[in-house]
Amino acid sequence: MTRSQEESRGRTAEAARLAERLAQGDRRAIARGISHVEDGTPVGRALLDRIYTLTGRGHRVGITGPPGSGKSTLVDHLSRRLRERGLRVGVLAIDPTSPFSGGALLGDRIRMRAATQDEGLFVRSMASRGSLGGVAAATYEASEVLEAAGFDWILIETVGVGQSELEVVELADTTVLLLVPESGDAVQVMKAGIMEAADIFVVNKYDREGGDRRSQDIETSLEISGWNRGGAWRPPVLPAVASRGEGIVELLEQIDGHFAHLTRDDDSLGRARKDKIERRLRALLRRALLDRATRGARIDERLEEALDRIAAREISPYRWVETVLADWMPSGEE
Amino acid sequence: MEEKIRVLVAKPGLDGHDRGAKVIASAFRDAGFEVIYTGLHQTPEMIVDAAIQEDVDVLSVSVLSGAHMTVFPRILDLLKEQGVTDMHVIGGGIIPNEDAEKLVQMGVGAIFGPGTPTTEPIAYIREWYAKRKPA
Repeated sequence: MTRSQEESRGRTAEAARLAERLAQGDRRAIARGISHVEDGTPVGRALLDRIYTLTGRGHRVGITGPPGSGKSTLVDHLSRRLRERGLRVGVLAIDPTSPFSGGALLGDRIRMRAATQDEGLFVRSMASRGSLGGVAAATYEASEVLEAAGFDWILIETVGVGQSELEVVELADTTVLLLVPESGDAVQVMKAGIMEAADIFVVNKYDREGGDRRSQDIETSLEISGWNRGGAWRPPVLPAVASRGEGIVELLEQIDGHFAHLTRDDDSLGRARKDKIERRLRALLRRALLDRATRGARIDERLEEALDRIAAREISPYRWVETVLADWMPSGEE
Repeated sequence: MEEKIRVLVAKPGLDGHDRGAKVIASAFRDAGFEVIYTGLHQTPEMIVDAAIQEDVDVLSVSVLSGAHMTVFPRILDLLKEQGVTDMHVIGGGIIPNEDAEKLVQMGVGAIFGPGTPTTEPIAYIREWYAKRKPA
């Protein structure tokens, strides 16, 4: 057996061991599995392949909203309620990676006090690692690991978002958008493209001034954007004061309602997920193609060589890209 | 994608002095580590439980309350109970030298006293990680 065959066998064996342990709910295996998929290791890829048939059983709920809107606090309360129902809950909490150091300070656990010494609750912090969509590149894969480990609900808490970081919609069955009374007027809300994105709106910190006005703005925007096409889900707008646990029960009822809507007939959830799976397949393929195509292309080296000349305006970046491409894919002519 | 060094910064006990822990957490982030900061008033059980879920490489524990001779041994015991052999525990805070020596004998990697420049634990962690994970 060659060395690479041996290595590949070792990886398959390790992935198999991890898959078996995590399916039994072994917390260390779950944690290690998430690390592997997060780091994009060969073991991680083998693991995802192996556990795929165990995924798709959980209800994935995305919680998004601007910084300071109370996402972590809300997730903490939601987890407690779900645990009271006897459901197993996995939480993925994403915080931004610093573009300057590559490091990250992940502080969502501070507000998640429920997350200790409870086998039915697993909380993992993830750094965004350069992804700009409000979640990490591996958040989808991490939620698959949690599903394979038997968690009934996966709560995905995004980075604090502005107007466009709505990638969580692609991962979640149900997307909850948190706003606060200060979140801006109706035009801001409409601009953000979030009218289409959110399945449930929550105006958190409702006890502060302007809460009712914010709710009305959202309702108005929903009317204008014409949500009521045949059989569509009408996103509710809910008040909450998450820090006091107010509005949590009502929110859970609506999340349940939305899931009931998604599963209203045998195939409706499948249909809703299939669109997302198709987009995901395209993205995976694109990533794999790019990886394979750029292997051995010495991109970093060539970049280094060209940087000074481009900065000095001796050659244009457009010319450079064409030259590199021509060397590496000579048949690119159309 | 590259691997990142993941560090849990924890602050056990009842005192509310978390400035040191925050300073070290920020310095670790600026060094390129992924830092999980758990906040105040953590028990050793909570710290170890969080470290396992987060699959960290290093537990950095700050103790200023004088309880270090109970907190650190408890953390080491819990890790052993859970079968965790690949996480490294380091500490900081107000810890007399002779206690620090005892803790290191028990299995704590290193203790950094007050006034230590943040570059020291950073260099220490990098070195430990490089030795642990041969490329």
